[in-house]
Amino acid sequence: MPAQSIWTLLSWGPDGWSDDIAYGVVVTVLLALATLPIGLAIGFFIALAKQSEEPSLRLAANIYTTVFRGLPELVTLFLFFFGMPILLQHLVRFFWPDATIDVNSFVAGMIVLSLIFSSYASEVFLSAFRAIPKGQYEGGYAIGLSYWLTMRKVILPQLLRIAFPGLENCWLSLLKDTSLVSVVGLAETLRNAGVAARVTKHSFLFYGVAALVFLCLAVVSSFATSAILRSLGRREAQR
Amino acid sequence: MSATTAMVEPPPPQLRGWPRKRIVGYALVGVWIAFGLGIVSYLFFAWNAAFFAKYAPAYLQGLGVTLSLVAISMVLGAALSVPVAYGRMSRNGILSGLAYCYVYFFRGTPLLVQTFLVYYGLGSFRPELQMIGLWDFFKDAFNCGVFAFALNTAAYQAEILRGAIESVSRGQWEGAASLGLHKLQTLRKIILPQALIVALRPYGNELILMIKASAIVAIITVYDLMGNAKLAFANSFDIQAYIWVALVYLVMVELLRHGVEWIERRITIHLKR
Repeated sequence: MPAQSIWTLLSWGPDGWSDDIAYGVVVTVLLALATLPIGLAIGFFIALAKQSEEPSLRLAANIYTTVFRGLPELVTLFLFFFGMPILLQHLVRFFWPDATIDVNSFVAGMIVLSLIFSSYASEVFLSAFRAIPKGQYEGGYAIGLSYWLTMRKVILPQLLRIAFPGLENCWLSLLKDTSLVSVVGLAETLRNAGVAARVTKHSFLFYGVAALVFLCLAVVSSFATSAILRSLGRREAQR
Repeated sequence: MSATTAMVEPPPPQLRGWPRKRIVGYALVGVWIAFGLGIVSYLFFAWNAAFFAKYAPAYLQGLGVTLSLVAISMVLGAALSVPVAYGRMSRNGILSGLAYCYVYFFRGTPLLVQTFLVYYGLGSFRPELQMIGLWDFFKDAFNCGVFAFALNTAAYQAEILRGAIESVSRGQWEGAASLGLHKLQTLRKIILPQALIVALRPYGNELILMIKASAIVAIITVYDLMGNAKLAFANSFDIQAYIWVALVYLVMVELLRHGVEWIERRITIHLKR
């Protein structure tokens, strides 16, 4: 096969597949970015619950992480994607007997990924919590701040700085896990590359492109995180 | 361990009555109990002897496939990780650069993409592979899975090995050298026994990750545990196909996790004071 045909395949427009793959990349990035805040918030509260003095809160949080760290991502996704409509249907039928429910693959992927991301992030947050000395809380209370104000103004800024490298790892595995959502039909990078591979029979080329895309996303996010870390460090130095 | 955690603190005062935390905690535990009871009662009412008789043997077989896939690729990966870790630690720029690229590629791309790249992608090179007689190997989805998984886990295991070896202080090497041991002896008798204690937990985590990741091969038509669940679901549209498989994975992972913890407690007994 002449080399030129590969360049045609990779071109932008109706003959090439670059536009489809670029669209997939946008979906991948959007999915990961949409998952991130939800996962971070849930993970933070799970970590709070895990270090609470109330045993029932600890138990509930531990069950959560045990389940979502123990289940393969794919199984969680399938359970959710196929099980949730059935469950919702049963619930909704009580009120509207002839309603049907479809789960959007983007939303399903977002929920499942944030469940998984949050259970890993909670471990990171928990170890960051343990690295903050008790005096920080006591200092906050001593100047009359309430619990949540202490948390927000004193603990959280330090916590994020300590947890940052661990969260970066969580983010990288989140980026990689988005590829699993292609299995339930979300048109993201891998799925679009797969379509291109099936149509053109250039499987190695297009799956290679998908791999490179994920590699580039990893490189870009490592640049971004090191920039954030540097700016955090600069702010630290100014104090 | 930091000084604050080493300091002995009095146990926190017992909460009395019904503070908000306790209410929330009990409510959440209640949700989990309701969820668990819901699943148990669903499995009870949806109990279908025909379904079980039809698919239970397939599940068992699938479990065997999953376990053998993980075992083979873990062992191959461990073997492959040694040269990669050596390359990562070598002072030769080319060697360490190559090893770095290998590790970066396999850790930076999703395992699913790597598996597709091997299973579908290598199909593009069918004539070449047939010429060197490797096509029969790559024709089989299971072999492709093992190949991709071994390459992937080799990258992770190389990093674990490197981290563990570098966690042993330089003085140990120097001490051994001053006793006249050569490098390989030092590595085998002095460094590895200390490094492997450090590496045990990461290796355990890697094993758990591999078991979880092995569900991916169901997508490339390997009938492992997940593959059989997919088949059962496609034939019966019964969600219990996935619930059973989830329970099996959960039990496997928990057993392994506790097993690794137990081993770690046993082999670090001499380090506790």
